[in-house]
Amino acid sequence: MSSGGSGDQDREAGTGPTYLDAASSEPLHPAARDTWSAALEHGYADPRRLHGSARSSRLLLDNARAVVAESLDVRPDEVTFTSSGTSAVHLGLLGLVQARRTRGRVIVHSAVEHSAVLHAAQWGGEPVVVGVDSDGVVDSGDLLARANEPGVAVCALQSANHEVGTIQPVGSIELPEGLPVFVDACASMGRLPLPDGWSTVAGSAHKWGGPAGVGILLVRTGLRWENPFPADDRADHRSSGFENVPAALAAAAALQAVVAERDEVNARQHALIDRIRAAAATLPDTEVVGHPDQRLPHLVTFSCLYVNGEALVTELDRRGFGVASGSACTASTLEPSHVLAAMGALTHGNVRVSLTRTTTAEDVERFCAVLPDVVAAVRQ
Amino acid sequence: MTPDVELDCRGLICPQPVIELGRAIAKIAIGQVIGVTATDPATRYDVPAWCRMKHQEFLGEQDSEDGVPMFLVRRVS
Repeated sequence: MSSGGSGDQDREAGTGPTYLDAASSEPLHPAARDTWSAALEHGYADPRRLHGSARSSRLLLDNARAVVAESLDVRPDEVTFTSSGTSAVHLGLLGLVQARRTRGRVIVHSAVEHSAVLHAAQWGGEPVVVGVDSDGVVDSGDLLARANEPGVAVCALQSANHEVGTIQPVGSIELPEGLPVFVDACASMGRLPLPDGWSTVAGSAHKWGGPAGVGILLVRTGLRWENPFPADDRADHRSSGFENVPAALAAAAALQAVVAERDEVNARQHALIDRIRAAAATLPDTEVVGHPDQRLPHLVTFSCLYVNGEALVTELDRRGFGVASGSACTASTLEPSHVLAAMGALTHGNVRVSLTRTTTAEDVERFCAVLPDVVAAVRQ
Repeated sequence: MTPDVELDCRGLICPQPVIELGRAIAKIAIGQVIGVTATDPATRYDVPAWCRMKHQEFLGEQDSEDGVPMFLVRRVS
């Protein structure tokens, strides 16, 4: 264990570290844990085979798909389990490009998409980037204009932003007839209903409290979509690799639970995030980023002038709070967050706080109480 | 454009270039221009953001002789 520091004394006293990074990964939902243990016993066999054990696996997988479909209000045959949210992004976006390749390869997307979308667009198409306003909302007029240009294969717009929480107007932009829309819904799936107007969707189970290693790809019934990657002889031709049946079932159980609880959880989290937004706004030379109301309930990001982001996160960790940062010094690329940059927001001294389903009001008050001292200490 | 004051922040890592800018702005007259030359990639975004937060005017970016960008700020308040 690490040595010294008041944070460690707090841990020894039993308060324990407070995890405030649910947007990176939500702790495993109890419904997921219970379902997973139960499914391990009967979910190991290859669902394609013809024996009894295979039929058990197949039933579990079909059940998982049905539960996901019901939770998202889609059809079961629109649901595919992938090995990650990133894999679902690749399939959801590039499968549309593949199907539409005779029309062109242009991918029109917002400047604040998750890096998985940016990388996929650069790798498999010709990206056209549409700017956002200071809240991070995409410029609808510019998106529409670029989408109407020749050679456009697909439009990509996230449901909500993973760094600042801002909800995008996915369902309300009148895109050209027949132009498919890929929606990265990894940040919102389960927490908010799917927006209208999607052609394909990506989701990620560990973002809602399912296990890692499960992603969700949705492909609208009747849509032209072609697998952009090598074929695999699985029951579901949209994905590849042996299905993690117990994990898929656990992901479905967690999704169902999260959807059932979300009215209560969202209301509680939205108010707690309002509290953190207000506390951060009182800090000197600090700006709180992202739309104040049209946002995900559980996360907020703020940037402090003259402060090193890594030092801020490290000091908060020392005081017992685990948070994330969009600052360049904390990124593996040593580049500042492209989301903050696109919004014209301050990129250094950045902290992203995101609440889990069990984060309490008391946790939030303790965090707000240490914040001024921490920022002052790091700022010197 | 030649600034009235140049801050050579080559090699300084964020947020140091903006810290230097914050220190230097008080030492020039209103209407004068500071140029912050910086290799740090965040500076491109953080100088305009600082201007917005501190109510100063961001004039844009120009390349130095060695290709390192200089970010120009006019003191207006």
